[in-house]
Amino acid sequence: MAKGKTNSGPRKPKLAVWKFSSCDGCQLSLLDCEDELLTVADSVDIAYFLEATRAELPGPYDVSLVEGSISTPHDAERIHKVRRQSKLLVTIGACATSGGIQALRNFKDLDPFINAVYAHPEYIDSLAKSTPIQDHVKVDFELRGCPIDKGQLLEVINALLNGRKPNIATHGQCIDCKRQGNVCVMVAHGQPCLGPVTQVGCGTLCPGCQRACYGCFGPTETPNTASLARWLGDRQGHGKREVKHLFRGFTGYADAFRKESEIHE
Amino acid sequence: MTGEAGAFGAPRVLAAKALDQLITLLAQDGYEVIGPTERDGAVVYDTVDGAADLPLGRLDEQEGGSYRLKSSRKAGYFHHVVGPHNWKRFLYPPHQVLFTAARRRGGFSITVPDAAPPKRAFVGVRACDLAAIQKQDTVFTGRDYKDPGYAARRAAALVVAVNCTRAGGTCFCASMGTGPQVGPGYDLVLTERLTGDRHEFLAQAGSQAGADLLDKLKGRAAKDDDVKAAEAAVTKASRSMGRTMVDGVETLLKENLEHPRWDEVARRCLYCANCTMVCPTCFCSNTQDETSLDGNEAQRVRTWNSCFSIEFSYIHGGAIRREGRSRYRQWITHKLAHWHDQFGSSGCTGCGRCITWCPVGIDITEEARAIAADKGRTKT
Ligand code: SF4
Ligand code: SF4
Ligand code: SF4
Ligand code: SF4
Repeated sequence: MAKGKTNSGPRKPKLAVWKFSSCDGCQLSLLDCEDELLTVADSVDIAYFLEATRAELPGPYDVSLVEGSISTPHDAERIHKVRRQSKLLVTIGACATSGGIQALRNFKDLDPFINAVYAHPEYIDSLAKSTPIQDHVKVDFELRGCPIDKGQLLEVINALLNGRKPNIATHGQCIDCKRQGNVCVMVAHGQPCLGPVTQVGCGTLCPGCQRACYGCFGPTETPNTASLARWLGDRQGHGKREVKHLFRGFTGYADAFRKESEIHE
Repeated sequence: MTGEAGAFGAPRVLAAKALDQLITLLAQDGYEVIGPTERDGAVVYDTVDGAADLPLGRLDEQEGGSYRLKSSRKAGYFHHVVGPHNWKRFLYPPHQVLFTAARRRGGFSITVPDAAPPKRAFVGVRACDLAAIQKQDTVFTGRDYKDPGYAARRAAALVVAVNCTRAGGTCFCASMGTGPQVGPGYDLVLTERLTGDRHEFLAQAGSQAGADLLDKLKGRAAKDDDVKAAEAAVTKASRSMGRTMVDGVETLLKENLEHPRWDEVARRCLYCANCTMVCPTCFCSNTQDETSLDGNEAQRVRTWNSCFSIEFSYIHGGAIRREGRSRYRQWITHKLAHWHDQFGSSGCTGCGRCITWCPVGIDITEEARAIAADKGRTKT
């Protein structure tokens, strides 16, 4: 992170929030920070954030939060403009960091989908694949999740304002599960949980409710998907198709998950 | 065991319902009572208000990567063994605030959180887990630098231990020399007996606090037969251990640091750290600073972490132990070999939690056995 300035400093950092192909859920996490929103608004100049305000200040920006994947030729061009105007570029959410749920199309031919979904397929101008931002421009920091966790978003803004490294862990869900005292759904109930290979961030929302992890935060720092898949198949009796679908979810196009699902094709 | 009158009085026999009275007495003495209770399909440790909160009639079936509870007429309050929780959750909590700091004109002030923790009574501490608490005592208070938070929480804890009369599928305390017979260090120890229509506890005090409690509980003096029956039940448990650790494991591991088995286990290991989280002696943590948005308040927190995570071994220039084999080897050699050099005993009590709660059933005893069966091989 660049050296941050506190709000007592001479100039507030200029923040922009950009949307690419996405559902807006991650941007809304920022508006969701009810208690802290005023302090945030006080500490940064929100220069561009269409979900929240019409005001548009020209670049360059100190920080750009980028939501969404690159899914159209227009996206592919625009992301370079955003990069050029941003000192720090932080991707937020599964779309921006791994292509999103719309990247499921990457595993198939695009045309039949377009023909099936749109009344006028001729108006649709889509790229064959939905890809993450880091495939196109340099990314300085990423926040995972579908959607992102508002606590993690605040932590990044907080770290930036206070000139310190953000405390964003890259280990797996299981560490958080055990810290919280959850009973493991894999061991105690035989559910197929992606937690051991999924990065933390959500506060173990699903395992905390006795439901296996869906992998929204994408692969861990060193995901051994092959071993997990072997156990799900050989010991829990899940079929090839189930294992394929398990890895092919919200972050199915993230490298490790994509490769694992392709093995079970 | 609980034979002759010890320094704190002779053993007594209590009817099963005395357990409820015991919990009430402890609560009246100002203790928060923590004991085994069923939640989400497992026996965990949490506050209990009475014997009704304990998992009466429930048994656990444990294997590598698998845990299931079932009902059994043969099960009393304590015939289950250890579950996913351990006592370090209370003595060395997963999230600890070490200090808070506030910006003041021209500087800052530091506040250390209140050093007086709640008085807690741990009910149902097994032999392996009392041994684990004592190993952590050595780590946190037995050497040059003492952890004041741990020391205070430990000093405020009262231990009601339980001898196991049934061993679980992944237990191996007998081969680690820690159980199933509870060793010294308890305040009160119970051995449960459930035969026909008799349901009772043999109880022995191990401290003045334990003796005072026992005095207040309804019961009778134990006869020789009561003591013998309890001894026989514990001996039976020690003969039916689900697992065994190979002999001489300390030297074995030290002499096989380049064994190809490390690569094999690395292919199975998920690096998920469940083994270290459930282990009652593992103590690794991360320390990080948190700030308020305006930067006027900060706190330093310590959270459980593990040698299986990359960020944990990050030092200047990068993370050490990037390979899976190095991480698994670090864990098992620390536990079973180098702990001896560092703390004068094994770091493993044989509680078996790491085997049961490993999502892919990696078994510390099986890994050691595989190396023993094929000693001296090195990576080719
Ligand atoms: S429930 Fe899932 S995330 Fe939690 S410990 Fe078990 S495998 Fe890991
Ligand atoms: S290493 Fe495994 S068996 Fe040994 S004390 Fe830790 S969890 Fe228990
Ligand atoms: S390892 Fe021994 S003392 Fe611990 S629960 Fe199993 S039988 Fe009891
Ligand atoms: S040994 Fe098992 S529990 Fe431990 S890190 Fe590896 S897979 Fe996870």
